[in-house]
Amino acid sequence: MRGNRNLWLGGCLTLIFAGAALISFLWVPYDTTVLDIANKIKGPSGAHPLGTDHFGRDILSMIMVGARTSIAVALVAVGIGMGLGVPLGLTAAAKKGSFLDELIMRGNDLVFAFPSLLIAIMITAVFGASALNAIIAIGIFNIPVFARLTRSGALSLWTRDYVMAARVAGKGAARISAEHILPNVTNLLIVQGTIQFSLGILAEAGLSYVGLGAQPPTASWGRMLADSQTMISFAPHMALFPGLAILLTVLGLNLMGDGLRDLFDPKLRRAR
Amino acid sequence: MSLLSIENLSLSIHGAPILRDVSMQIAPGRILGVIGESGSGKSMTAFATMQLLPEGSLCRGRIVLNGQEVLELSEAALCRMRGRDVGMVFQEPMTALNPIRSIGDQVAETILIHEKVSRSEAMERAAEALRRAELPQDRFPLSRYPFELSGGQRQRVVIAMAIALRPKLLIADEPTTALDVTTQAQILDLLKRLVAEDGMGLMLISHDLAVVADLADDIAIMRKGEVVESGPADTLFRTMQHPYSKALLAASAHAPDRDGAPQDVPLLQVQDVVRDYTVHMRGWWGKTTTFHAVKGVSFDIRKGESLGLVGESGCGKSTLTRAILGLEEVQGGSILLDGQPVFTGHHANRDIRRRMQVVFQDPYGSFNPRWKVGRLIAEPYHLLDHPPTGQQKAHAIAEALESVGLNAGDQHKYIHEFSGGQRQRIAIARALIIKPELIILDEAVSALDVSVRAQVLDLLADLGDRFGLTYLFISHDLSVVRNVTDRVLVMKAGEIVEQGATKAVFDDPQHDYTKQLIKAAPVLPAEVV
Repeated sequence: MRGNRNLWLGGCLTLIFAGAALISFLWVPYDTTVLDIANKIKGPSGAHPLGTDHFGRDILSMIMVGARTSIAVALVAVGIGMGLGVPLGLTAAAKKGSFLDELIMRGNDLVFAFPSLLIAIMITAVFGASALNAIIAIGIFNIPVFARLTRSGALSLWTRDYVMAARVAGKGAARISAEHILPNVTNLLIVQGTIQFSLGILAEAGLSYVGLGAQPPTASWGRMLADSQTMISFAPHMALFPGLAILLTVLGLNLMGDGLRDLFDPKLRRAR
Repeated sequence: MSLLSIENLSLSIHGAPILRDVSMQIAPGRILGVIGESGSGKSMTAFATMQLLPEGSLCRGRIVLNGQEVLELSEAALCRMRGRDVGMVFQEPMTALNPIRSIGDQVAETILIHEKVSRSEAMERAAEALRRAELPQDRFPLSRYPFELSGGQRQRVVIAMAIALRPKLLIADEPTTALDVTTQAQILDLLKRLVAEDGMGLMLISHDLAVVADLADDIAIMRKGEVVESGPADTLFRTMQHPYSKALLAASAHAPDRDGAPQDVPLLQVQDVVRDYTVHMRGWWGKTTTFHAVKGVSFDIRKGESLGLVGESGCGKSTLTRAILGLEEVQGGSILLDGQPVFTGHHANRDIRRRMQVVFQDPYGSFNPRWKVGRLIAEPYHLLDHPPTGQQKAHAIAEALESVGLNAGDQHKYIHEFSGGQRQRIAIARALIIKPELIILDEAVSALDVSVRAQVLDLLADLGDRFGLTYLFISHDLSVVRNVTDRVLVMKAGEIVEQGATKAVFDDPQHDYTKQLIKAAPVLPAEVV
């Protein structure tokens, strides 16, 4: 039951923010690129449910557009991680103990050895601050996560008799990886993907906060937090709402990942 | 007075009936053998005795252990009882021990939980318990870890844990099923000795009639949650009335009928095959050593023959199987099928490989759970240059399923919808689909219940006659090998120590190891077979 509840709650939270991001393409309460200095730093009211910022922009609209940035960056970063990490992990498992396996896994260790946010800052500092560079920087750090996970899952599958049967049927390592190994590690990947997605949102917010993510006028939750910093004593709502948006999205994704894990893992399901 | 008395015990879990009116008695110093196939409720009876039941269980009836009404005890009282009054030995010694704690710690833990003694005293008593389980301190100090021990030695540690407090009742749930024959014989001897020394009662749960018949004083036969027949072991086999007991006994000693004598033409020729593995020591620059898994093995299989290969775990059977199937290259010697090499120029020979198939032991691990049966059994078609497609393929799949006694419609189901015996039939269908000449049966019936095993053996014999198949029958179960093979090879430590006609080898073994194996194998009393 707990797994289902997590899944529900997490799924709903995630859907709310994903929905907000989608709606923002068609309609937002106020245009976020238009300044309205007369209405600057207003608390929540009927006209502006979440208040306005120091340029008079509507915070609700900013959060909706910001969700777009966060989700896009995190989604593409997870895509990069899966797209490169999963084939690397499958290859390493198929050629276990070979030089190639060592090369892939030690390469992973190398990437893992650096604190990810610091290197992301370094990359964006060198190549310029933009949403694209943030995506690449976060994506690179997703590769070893998926490579390791895939390899460990695949290694245990390679000892199964059905893999042996496929080898007896004359199938090669690539074909076995695609037909027998990959479908059976998808559960692991979906769960990890959800969690990496939430980490991606955090990383994007972190990079934008220090000014290395999406550049103005593109709205971004991290940048909204950074802007509100100096005014936090008299305009707490400017920090509160983007902060809550980050918190609830990450919480939602983590709960969903947890719920999915429970759903997919028959051992946990039986224990309940 | 009896030590354990179970009277009319009924158990349901979440409303589903598991046990019905089970009654059995164990007196001190006596061994009760509980026999049954999977799902018969034999393990659940044991768990009910210790009240280690899953959530949602409801027991009715009486369980009296040493004068205590077990069903009326509080959880705290049950905790005091478990381990002190009742010890338990499990099937799988590999997972019954905590891998990160030393064996001394684990045996001492039982003592420390139940008695207020100092740690050093507990360790002393742990050493004593291990010594009684035949793990003397000079060779197996308390500081050993489970991974440093073999399966049989681990089972001795589990036994030492169970008897450390000299419980009045010991429950052994399939204690030797995961072990080799010779190790099994030693563990059974040990249990017998401990029962005699301590005057314990022993509940020995097994699916193997021969094991129980060798050891038990009394026997209870269970089926679908009921005891169908019980009585003293000496007389039960002769006087048994219930049709299920009779069927079980017949299935245990089942020898399928086979017609068709093997032709005098060799199909598979294995000559001086050597397979070495390089063992890497720690690190990249560590020393490497060579492990000789197969050391110069030679034998032939004739067309239409059923050849047995017997040996204990680690003897090189599986390595040899992989070499024959062309999955691994050998370092020396040659493997020829019908005169052609299985391996040519570092690649497996496809023309040869499509003439061989294999059936594995584990009916649950042999299939990709995400594929439907039709796709699963068509997998060997990959070996053909022009595999059948469409209608032709569907027809072939239906034919293969029907030849193993399943329905053509089963191809649209997933594998989890089938029982163990049905899965093994599907595995055979997968092996049959490309019409091979040689089928390697790698412990193919070892995981099955006796009655299902008898059916599968019949099926194999029937298919062998119909399609002129040749079998290489790899097994650790001597009684099965004896009943289904023409000739037998005995393998030990990578070498074949004895080979000959099955009957001759079993009746008059020449090599010491063969003698040892045959002596260790439990047998049903002669008058009942």
